[in-house]
Amino acid sequence: MIANIINLSRDKDASAAAVQAGKNLSSEGKGHVTIEDVSVVFGAGADAHTAVESTQLEVQPGEFLCILGPSGCGKSTLLNSVAGFVQPSSGTVAVDGAPVTGPGPERGMVFQQYSLMPWKTVRDNVAFGPLLAGQSKSEAQSIAYTFLNMVGLTRFAKHYPAELSGGMQQRVGIARALANYPSVLLMDEPFGALDAQTRLMMQENLLRIWEDFGTTVMFVTHDVDEAVFLADRVVIMSAAPGRIIDDFRVDIPRPRTTDITTDDTYIQLKRRCMDRIRSESLRAFEQQNH
Amino acid sequence: MNASPPDTQATAGAVATAAPDGAPEAMDAAEGEADRPVTPREAVSVLIAAALKPKAVKAFAKSWSIRLTALAVGVLIWQWATAINFNYFINFENIPSPVKVWTAFVAHVQSTEFYIHIAVSMQRIFIGYMSAVGLGILLGLVIGRSRLARDVISPYIEILRPIPAVAWIPLAILMWPTEESSIIYITFLGALFPIILNTAHGAELTPDVLIRAAKSLGANRREIFWHVVIPAALPSITAGLAIGMGVSWFSLLAGEIISGQYGIGYFTWNAYSLINYPDIVVGMLMIGGLGTLSTYAVRLATRPLLSWQRRSR
Repeated sequence: MIANIINLSRDKDASAAAVQAGKNLSSEGKGHVTIEDVSVVFGAGADAHTAVESTQLEVQPGEFLCILGPSGCGKSTLLNSVAGFVQPSSGTVAVDGAPVTGPGPERGMVFQQYSLMPWKTVRDNVAFGPLLAGQSKSEAQSIAYTFLNMVGLTRFAKHYPAELSGGMQQRVGIARALANYPSVLLMDEPFGALDAQTRLMMQENLLRIWEDFGTTVMFVTHDVDEAVFLADRVVIMSAAPGRIIDDFRVDIPRPRTTDITTDDTYIQLKRRCMDRIRSESLRAFEQQNH
Repeated sequence: MNASPPDTQATAGAVATAAPDGAPEAMDAAEGEADRPVTPREAVSVLIAAALKPKAVKAFAKSWSIRLTALAVGVLIWQWATAINFNYFINFENIPSPVKVWTAFVAHVQSTEFYIHIAVSMQRIFIGYMSAVGLGILLGLVIGRSRLARDVISPYIEILRPIPAVAWIPLAILMWPTEESSIIYITFLGALFPIILNTAHGAELTPDVLIRAAKSLGANRREIFWHVVIPAALPSITAGLAIGMGVSWFSLLAGEIISGQYGIGYFTWNAYSLINYPDIVVGMLMIGGLGTLSTYAVRLATRPLLSWQRRSR
């Protein structure tokens, strides 16, 4: 009992420290993403396929940006070029002025598929990043507990990923990315595989963490509700070739709860997204028929 | 509650606390992954579960009683076939009966020489197998992760792998300085190929998303290899280790044809030459039995490496 109370209070202090660290990151104006005239072409010759076409995008430090678009429109490719998994065929991607040349811990990534190491416990999965960054084992573990506390999974620290539900695994994935104190958090349809109920809970949970942590977020989704609910700003991408066709701010005050789904602004913005996506899908459909 | 004198309630409490550990393990055993070895700890938890889950224990006992009965039926058929001098396409007239084999076996068990045969063979297997483990895992990992290494090494593996152990005897004698080293070389070759191939297969199958995740957490090539590729390949590697152990025993007889003195393979070969039929069967069954036991030992030894897998369901 007593040990539990001590544990809890220690976790609270640690979590406050982590939040402070996160705030410091954004207040220093870190997490500034610039995408300059980026094109990504896969394949060559007749098989060449332009996934992203001369795209221009700037994300402000601390901004929550959603990239919305139909499947196969290149939104994940654009995100992967920021993550460093994809080299742009032309143009440049930079974070805080430094050109992206490959993956790195300052750009935390949360994947759509479950991507925890099945052979590491939940705690060791989260501690992995800090350990790679040169922290001692005990420091890395205490950082892991800080972030597990933030996503509410301290109790499962010593479990293996396969023992957790899909939603819990994704929360561990978020904790793992945050444990490196990234200036940008990149999320590639992280809740796509979850059921509707869990997805709602995860969205609220994510907003709470982000409001505390204040890091820049680039969130890819094809779900209109998700984009409008989460974002400060939504950009809509068209399919084949992927281009940004709309870019607007979501001026709904925070903290947001599911109550805002009946808000007028919310409904208007949702309609705007749907209209854009529908006309784009129709265009793409006609193009395919030619 | 623990401090209270031993009354029925305390006992019930102790059993109840044992339940969460004992019960799932017992279930595992009962569900009968036939190839999985049973650890002593598991045997204990099966017993603990006995009080709570008679069903699980029943299933466990049932599976084993079926296995033993199946073996007994086989022996009975063998006894019957030799007793009636069965000769219809397959000829049992000159086959020693189980009773004769058992008598021969009991006689050998009482002689020191028999144990020397076994000990010498086990030593050869141990050295040959361990060398194969070291080289096999190393080569397998390299082949699995590097196209150049695969292109250089795999032609050799493809050509050498189908060659039976017996065919190696002359070259093994020519290549190696002592008889002993040629025998070990042959058991080594037997274990090597399954270990290389299984390890390479496991290393090739590393999920790409895990490698990307490790990269985005800041891992370099060496760290990815150590934290992602090797653990991902472990289930495959351990399967290769168990198969390799079996094949090592499989090749033993060929190796020990070279030897002029000791070894259970030599014992069997010598019985061929002396036309001592019961001893031939004793030797065969010893190789089978020791092979099974050592494969079981390998499974048991590698099992803790896969504890993360057992927990997933």
